[in-house]
Amino acid sequence: MISTLNRLALTLATLATLGLVAAIYLGSRNLGNFDPALVAYLFACIFACFGVVYRYSVWLQRPPTWRYFARGWQLFFSGRAIVYGWEFVKNFFVNFLGQRFIQKRGRDLGRGHLLMAWGCILAFGVTFPLVFGWIHFGLKPGGIDTYEIYTFGFKTMEFPLHTWIATLIFNALNWSAFLVIAGVMLLIRRRLTHAGQIAVQTFEGDWLPLLLLLAISLTGLGISLDYKFMDGKAHQFMAITHAITVILFLVWMPFGKFFHIIQRPAQLGIAIYRKAGEEGPQAVCPHTGQAFTSQLQVGDLKDVTTQLGFDFRRSDGGSHLDYSPQGKRALLATAHLKARQKAGSYFG
Amino acid sequence: MSTSFRTDQEFFLDPQRCIGCHACEMACAECETNGQLPMIHVDYVDRFLSPQTSVQICMHCEDPVCARVCPAVAIEKDEFGIVHSANTARCIACSNCVNACPFGVPRKIEPMDLMMKCNMCYDRTSAGKKPMCATVCPSGALFYGTREEMARRRPNSSPVNTFKFGRETVKTKVNIMMPKGETELVVYE
Repeated sequence: MISTLNRLALTLATLATLGLVAAIYLGSRNLGNFDPALVAYLFACIFACFGVVYRYSVWLQRPPTWRYFARGWQLFFSGRAIVYGWEFVKNFFVNFLGQRFIQKRGRDLGRGHLLMAWGCILAFGVTFPLVFGWIHFGLKPGGIDTYEIYTFGFKTMEFPLHTWIATLIFNALNWSAFLVIAGVMLLIRRRLTHAGQIAVQTFEGDWLPLLLLLAISLTGLGISLDYKFMDGKAHQFMAITHAITVILFLVWMPFGKFFHIIQRPAQLGIAIYRKAGEEGPQAVCPHTGQAFTSQLQVGDLKDVTTQLGFDFRRSDGGSHLDYSPQGKRALLATAHLKARQKAGSYFG
Repeated sequence: MSTSFRTDQEFFLDPQRCIGCHACEMACAECETNGQLPMIHVDYVDRFLSPQTSVQICMHCEDPVCARVCPAVAIEKDEFGIVHSANTARCIACSNCVNACPFGVPRKIEPMDLMMKCNMCYDRTSAGKKPMCATVCPSGALFYGTREEMARRRPNSSPVNTFKFGRETVKTKVNIMMPKGETELVVYE
């Protein structure tokens, strides 16, 4: 098995994992602020870190992925950092945080995904620092009505108990659970009623992620429900089932659908690439006489297809990739017409 | 995914029979997996020279270039040889597939930042039905059925699924009807 592993990815994943462990050790002040009750979550996070970096590194080594990755950085350091930086920031807010492109794919999908994504972002923002011991809470010395928040061991905030801000902060994970549940419900309805989705959906790729997020949210709410209304009678059950679902999520992250959370920022790099392409020379189709994409992309595609073992060079020195999609379709139709003409009959 | 896909049925394309009526395009928009967007292409081959029209569906390549050049691994071929539209969670809308496909098939749907293409009406074919376009084509440019049926209908043609683009040979799941005895379509030398 070891021989089939990708060595570069293995090295990067190991380094990233060691880096995370060091950051946890230092960030929690030599584990002084680490909460032992969260140790199972911690090991799942460390595993997820290794798996995510390993898969990401393997993914980056694919010729088309590497081309975009390298081009993105090359463009960023090409002396036009302000122009590309603005493109990056614009897309980050509009398409990454606002998810406008998903809104355009369907109303329910857009709303459901936005709710789910923001629920997850909020939950990640709370859970990871807590699990790593980077954030901890404590009563302000000398009283029982003020709470303090410490980040990396430094006091960053204090707030009075029994106020709206305390309710907001203490229930942060509950708010995220409500957002996720609402989003999951919208998406489950879509998966049950949309004929196109039903035709191509799979359990592992489409249903399991939704069910897992639902289970995490419900069991998380169950913990609050238990201590607020059941005097903690079911705490063990709630805590363990919640831990199991969250750990499943983390362990599955490098392998399943949730890996798209890690991949998606690549879209920001594409925005920069597209901007650079628009500013540069355009590729003009020899058939239609019209520009159809950037020369940058056509040139990169020629290199990438060659790396992948394809050879679309023409005997006249050109390439099939110099043609637009419409031009390629016309070439095929023309060749078919000629073959029919040569045979002496247009139909057969 | 469903497993009622009929492996005895194939797609046969005959561009010379296309009369440019766009019925296939209207029918394609009925396909649920497309989100009501037509994925088939009906083109004038060269509008200034002739009224010739041509129709193009996804040829479902055995080694799909679109999938190989996809940086996000968003395009996958299933066990029936269907090359599916981009995985919506992964597609980063780079247009590599659009510009690399030798048949000019995938489309980038700009506002959605998503590549979509013909998936041979998977909502229908996976349930044992024929693709929408093939059910409405009035001229026989698009036919979906068994090889035997096609041989009876077109005794003077041979189905071909090998295409030569210069030095590159592309094999596909979809057949194109060529003069009897031909084994490949040379798009250019």
